[in-house]
Amino acid sequence: MVNELFPNVKWDRMWEATGETLYMTGISVLATFILGILLGLLLFLTSKGNIWENGFINKIISAFVNIFRSIPFIILIVLLIPFTKLLLDTMIGENAALPALIVGSAPFYARMVEIGLREIDKGVIEAAKSMGAKTSTIIFKVLLPESMPALVSGITVTAIALVGYTAMAGVIGAGGLGNLAYLDGFQRSRNDVTLMATIIILIIVFILQIIGDLITNKLDKR
Amino acid sequence: MNENELGAKDKFSKIVIAYNSGQIDEDNRKYARGEQHLISIQNVKKIYSSIRGKVTAVDDVSIEINEGEIFGVIGYSGAGKSTLIRMLNGLELPTEGSVTVAGKQVSKIRGNELRKARQEISMIFQHFNLLWSRTVRENIAFPLEIAGIPRSQRQKRVDELIKLVGLEGREDSYPSQLSGGQKQRVGIARALANNPKVLLCDEATSALDPQTTDSILDLLVDINKRLGLTIVLITHEMHVIRKICHRVAVMEEGRVVESGPVLEVFKNPQQQITKRFVQQVTEPEETKETIEHLLEQYPQGTVVQLGFVGESAEQPIMTNLIRKFDVTVNILQGKISQTQNGSYGTLFIHLDGNGTEVSNAIEFIRAQQVGVEVIKNG
Repeated sequence: MVNELFPNVKWDRMWEATGETLYMTGISVLATFILGILLGLLLFLTSKGNIWENGFINKIISAFVNIFRSIPFIILIVLLIPFTKLLLDTMIGENAALPALIVGSAPFYARMVEIGLREIDKGVIEAAKSMGAKTSTIIFKVLLPESMPALVSGITVTAIALVGYTAMAGVIGAGGLGNLAYLDGFQRSRNDVTLMATIIILIIVFILQIIGDLITNKLDKR
Repeated sequence: MNENELGAKDKFSKIVIAYNSGQIDEDNRKYARGEQHLISIQNVKKIYSSIRGKVTAVDDVSIEINEGEIFGVIGYSGAGKSTLIRMLNGLELPTEGSVTVAGKQVSKIRGNELRKARQEISMIFQHFNLLWSRTVRENIAFPLEIAGIPRSQRQKRVDELIKLVGLEGREDSYPSQLSGGQKQRVGIARALANNPKVLLCDEATSALDPQTTDSILDLLVDINKRLGLTIVLITHEMHVIRKICHRVAVMEEGRVVESGPVLEVFKNPQQQITKRFVQQVTEPEETKETIEHLLEQYPQGTVVQLGFVGESAEQPIMTNLIRKFDVTVNILQGKISQTQNGSYGTLFIHLDGNGTEVSNAIEFIRAQQVGVEVIKNG
């Protein structure tokens, strides 16, 4: 039945491509989560009225984040070719897509982290200070736990955007479902391949959203 | 709270750390010898510079607070009381002057030393400022984690504190599942976790309804008596001052305009602002209208306002008055309030009778140490 509807789909190729997409998404989400929280924390802590208030550093990070957030992803990949070559010595394959994926999404996520942190009641930070908490204690026991639902829903949105980015990266040779849909589907006019790749991407996105919502709801005790 | 811990709170046993700074060292020695107040605020000024110019939030304030005292600072919003209380734990630094708490010059120390000092000067807040992501138990354990207390001891201490503030059964609730009063109890338990010397209350009851306010105030008095804890509170409600404070300072535009024992201030308010605050509790809101109404209703005779303080509030003055003088006494309105150092009351009466009898009666009341103010002479 399925084989009749999708006569040109080679399932082993399809699963392989799915694996590649999941691999690229997984690694880049992980790296984005860590880098984004770091950048977001820096943005928040150096902003006015906060623990490390520093207008100069804040402006530099802010400019960096804004620049990389505004460059269209497809252009960013091209711009990062020299950097990727320097780093990995290749431009082909899933790993070659990772630098662009991470550089493209970490600044985006950093802004979401900053927004999440800003929503924390200033009084709670003051209370922690009044108890004699160190800055590291405030970060790990107040800022991160208190903003966790926002951090998780933010990374969910970012992860879904990253699935889209991997497809784009695939078009220029990074492998994955995007690559398959473009080369095997579109260019050879096999619409069933394109459709199947799209369906699998949709399923991945839905599952990511469901997992993200579940975790967010479980964490949020407000 | 057991006896051992009370013993450990002894001020002499804790002052053993030596400091590099000569001034702090000297303060410390003075404090250990008992020559200094627990809290000493000296000529403190706080000036904020903004784009629109300089704002003086606190202007040359000096206050000394004794160990075991409940000290209240009252003022309207913007009077500088919030800035003042934050200088006691170094959340704000004075532009000029010095703040010393328990032998440590809070306005001078920094870094680790300041953080250590803050563990002895805890604070509760108007909006409770609990961590929503932690249960009651975990919230109370937070300051213990900061102080580096091992897990097993934390558990034990948290159980004691939950009992102390009366939150048994709610240990595993999240703040969002608690009422305002319960949240403030968690705040108080959290503040007491590290056996502080001073508890700062930042409008701690302003977000609570009157009944809950009273139960929280009762808890604070109980803690003050049981643990000998010094409490400094700021508020805009005279009710809070009346109910629990021993001494009060009235703040207006950054300055302390009046201060003294609560009963003294009630008996003899000097400044206009103080009079207004005192009226908040001694006279029900509608008093003014009522009196006007009564004056119309009783064109004959004299309406007198009596002010009772301390012992005089508890004597049968009315009975004696009627027995001794040939006057008719009509009680119009009255109220007696309890303060920590005695009771204070006001009573409006209407006296009618022979002119000399009435003036003799007023003289008699005056002789009983009762404040008399003739509102209308018929």
